[in-house]
Amino acid sequence: MNGVQGASVALSDLEKSYGSVAAVAGVSLDIRSGEFLTLLGPSGSGKTTTLMMIAGFEMPTGGDIAIDGQSVVAMPPYRRNIGMVFQNYALFPHLTVAENIGFPLKQRGVAKDERARLVGEALELVHLPGYGGRYPRQLSGGQQQRVALARAIVFKPRLLLMDEPLGALDKQLRENLQLEMRRLHADLGITFIYVTHDQEEALTMSDRIAVMNEGLVAQIGAPEDLYDRPQSRFVASFIGESNFLPATVRGLENGVVVADCQGATIRAVCPGRPATGDKVMVTTRPERLRFADNGCDPAHNRLSVTVTEAVFAGERCRYMLQAGDGTSVVLKEPSSAAIRRRAVGERVEIAWSVADTILV
Amino acid sequence: MTANRILPAIAVGLILLFLAFPILVVVIVSFSSATYLTFPPPAFGLKWYAAYFGSADWLRPTWLSLWVAGAVVILSTTLGTLAAIGIARLPRALRLPVTGLILSPLIVPVIVVAIGIYYAFSRYGLVGSPFGMVLAHTCLAVPFVVTSVSASLAGIDPRLEQAALSLGATPRATFFQVTLPLIRPGVLVGALFAFISSFDELVVSLFLSGSGAVTLPRRMWDDLRFQIDPTIAAVSTLTVALTVLLMAGAHLLRRRSEQVRTTASSSAP
Amino acid sequence: MRAVQKTMNPMPLLLTAPLVLFMLAFYAVPVVSMLMRSVSDPTWTVANYAALPDDPVFLKVFWNTLVTSLIVTVGTLLMGYPVALALVRAPKWAPVILILILLPFWTSVLVRSYAWMVLLGRHGLINESLLAAGLLDRPLRILNTPLATQIAMTHILLPYMILPIANALRQIDPSLARAASGLGASPFATFRQVTLPLSMPGVAAGMLLVFVLALGFYITPAMVGGPREITLSMLISQQVDQLNWAYAATLSAVLLATALGLIAVCYRLPGIRSAFRMNAR
Repeated sequence: MNGVQGASVALSDLEKSYGSVAAVAGVSLDIRSGEFLTLLGPSGSGKTTTLMMIAGFEMPTGGDIAIDGQSVVAMPPYRRNIGMVFQNYALFPHLTVAENIGFPLKQRGVAKDERARLVGEALELVHLPGYGGRYPRQLSGGQQQRVALARAIVFKPRLLLMDEPLGALDKQLRENLQLEMRRLHADLGITFIYVTHDQEEALTMSDRIAVMNEGLVAQIGAPEDLYDRPQSRFVASFIGESNFLPATVRGLENGVVVADCQGATIRAVCPGRPATGDKVMVTTRPERLRFADNGCDPAHNRLSVTVTEAVFAGERCRYMLQAGDGTSVVLKEPSSAAIRRRAVGERVEIAWSVADTILV
Repeated sequence: MTANRILPAIAVGLILLFLAFPILVVVIVSFSSATYLTFPPPAFGLKWYAAYFGSADWLRPTWLSLWVAGAVVILSTTLGTLAAIGIARLPRALRLPVTGLILSPLIVPVIVVAIGIYYAFSRYGLVGSPFGMVLAHTCLAVPFVVTSVSASLAGIDPRLEQAALSLGATPRATFFQVTLPLIRPGVLVGALFAFISSFDELVVSLFLSGSGAVTLPRRMWDDLRFQIDPTIAAVSTLTVALTVLLMAGAHLLRRRSEQVRTTASSSAP
Repeated sequence: MRAVQKTMNPMPLLLTAPLVLFMLAFYAVPVVSMLMRSVSDPTWTVANYAALPDDPVFLKVFWNTLVTSLIVTVGTLLMGYPVALALVRAPKWAPVILILILLPFWTSVLVRSYAWMVLLGRHGLINESLLAAGLLDRPLRILNTPLATQIAMTHILLPYMILPIANALRQIDPSLARAASGLGASPFATFRQVTLPLSMPGVAAGMLLVFVLALGFYITPAMVGGPREITLSMLISQQVDQLNWAYAATLSAVLLATALGLIAVCYRLPGIRSAFRMNAR
């Protein structure tokens, strides 16, 4: 199945409103050929509506969708030649697995023998050889998922859309299938657009993630970008866990922002150029904080806090700390019998690297 | 077991006996050997079945009823299935009056329907005509088809049709290859109900039969006015057997299609 | 803006039109034109309706129809509730109970009415057994009395009461009853304070269904009922036989309006709609 080149997709100012409610309020995205792009967002953020517009099941109320530079807005879904995997798989209950997978080939007038050969190939690809004669209801959820996947790629579309395809499966199975989908993406070379509300899934699988909120793209970037350099409080709190400490900008020093926070001086990298006196949020990840008395770089940011809660959770300890003004800070420390556990009420100093400090 | 539980159980048992007993009595009487109606029968035999199968007076209405019911099935299932599919896609403003009209025979007292049809049909010479009977029975049978097919349609996951479209099936192909096979059980159940509703129908037949279209229920009714010999019991038993068979078939069909549906979506959230 | 303008798809209309036209031609127009006779005969008038309140025959028959329907509704309720409860609460017996309910349900009204003729007749099963047991010395007259109509109609309409109540009971979360008894309520108190109130939509749906169906009953009262205690349907039929169309149409309109009015009023009750939706099939 090699040799197919993925399609590029361009969304420009895409809008969809129902009456006065805008489900998608102007989304512009350039999805590269062969990319694995994930639309990530809470429910109601417009990610599924965006996907449905690309598939052709929803008509945009504004903007344009172009596949390989050609607008497809006026094209009915059955002519777009896009593979799609649905949330509940949407396998035809009255057809066998082989007939399900052969369905798109039959629509394209592929001869019976050729159809059987391609269906066999697709079943091999999803590790279900010999399952062709069964009915969907005789398969487990994971197997149904693989059949849906085989059906969506058997006709060699250049673009594959997936709407929360793993949402109904248990954790173990989901993790297996995530890896398998990555492999499939690498093998096929086609473009994947994947919708999910599960940030871990998005981080594991995607080349790039577009985080959506309230009908708009809040931020787009590679998984590490989004995690290490969130540009808004929404992204910082939606992807991973974050601490937020209010601070006031004092000035710039060698391209590093200096701010006052709880009586301490905090240095941070900041993509924007905040002005002196701006109120900002110092944002940190709990696992990148440490207790200063365990030894740390003198260039690190430091802050005095009180321990209010200490929870041992196996591989790590989770501490709830309180800064001077009462703001809560979470710190996660890898557990080790060699490290002293902190007691509730203890006053400690925490430290973290300037590179792990973001202002939003 | 305490009296607390035995007493309600006895009460329920008696009520169920009340429900089923009368029909059992008819079945038992039909096998009676007596020349008049008496219970329990002095001895058993197939005398009354022989009387039924040997009498053209009984067989002619039977064939007519079967013929009418068959025609009603074809007409009501075709019109009803098409309409049910149309109604599901009709704009809201039209859907309400249309379903109101189509389902109204379920709540309009049947005597009102019967004399209304009689009133109109008598002017067009449709009284005493099997054709007129088919038209009238179709109106009464259609609600069963439409409700059954509509329920099937409503049970179809819209994503199945979307999936078909995304896989390259035209709307036409989607309808014939996906939608229609999925509603087939609903159509069959509707057809069975339509058959029974026509085969058992009496009130409209009382007015429309005339002398040229005497259906089986009408023949039974006429017979009951003069005598109640056990031939009627034999005929009743046969019709009960037929309807119970068909209804049980419809019941199983519906249960099975529901099962397919629930197992198919059980892994969905 | 490239979005395509949505136009009305003619397909749904084309699919629906044949049946709508059929029903208009062979059902709606006939019934409405018949009903029109009540206001157009002999000339345009409301006199036919105005005369009803002073018409002793109508008043007696209408009253008799309402009373019969009410008795049958109460009778089916009293007998139907325990059966519905057993159907839901005794899963082991449910298939048997269901068959015993559906068997008569699927049997035609004509056959069931005939069964009651066999049972209640002068030489019917009931009289013969009572005579044989020495409890009577002369057969009772039950057939062709209002009592016979009430018994037979109760029998015929009982499934229409059981099924909606059973549906309502089935939807009650069983943990509620357990919670109530866990809180110290006796089984009877649990039933009265938890199960009964929650099953009310089903009860209301069943009562409405039975009452409305009973109003229009014709076959059964004509076969087993008394010659003097006739129902509205029978009176309508008699008037048609005498070609008294204006009167028959007026009575039909009253019967139809009563049925539709009841449904319209009851449809506003909370929960009844969902109870009906379950029962529609």
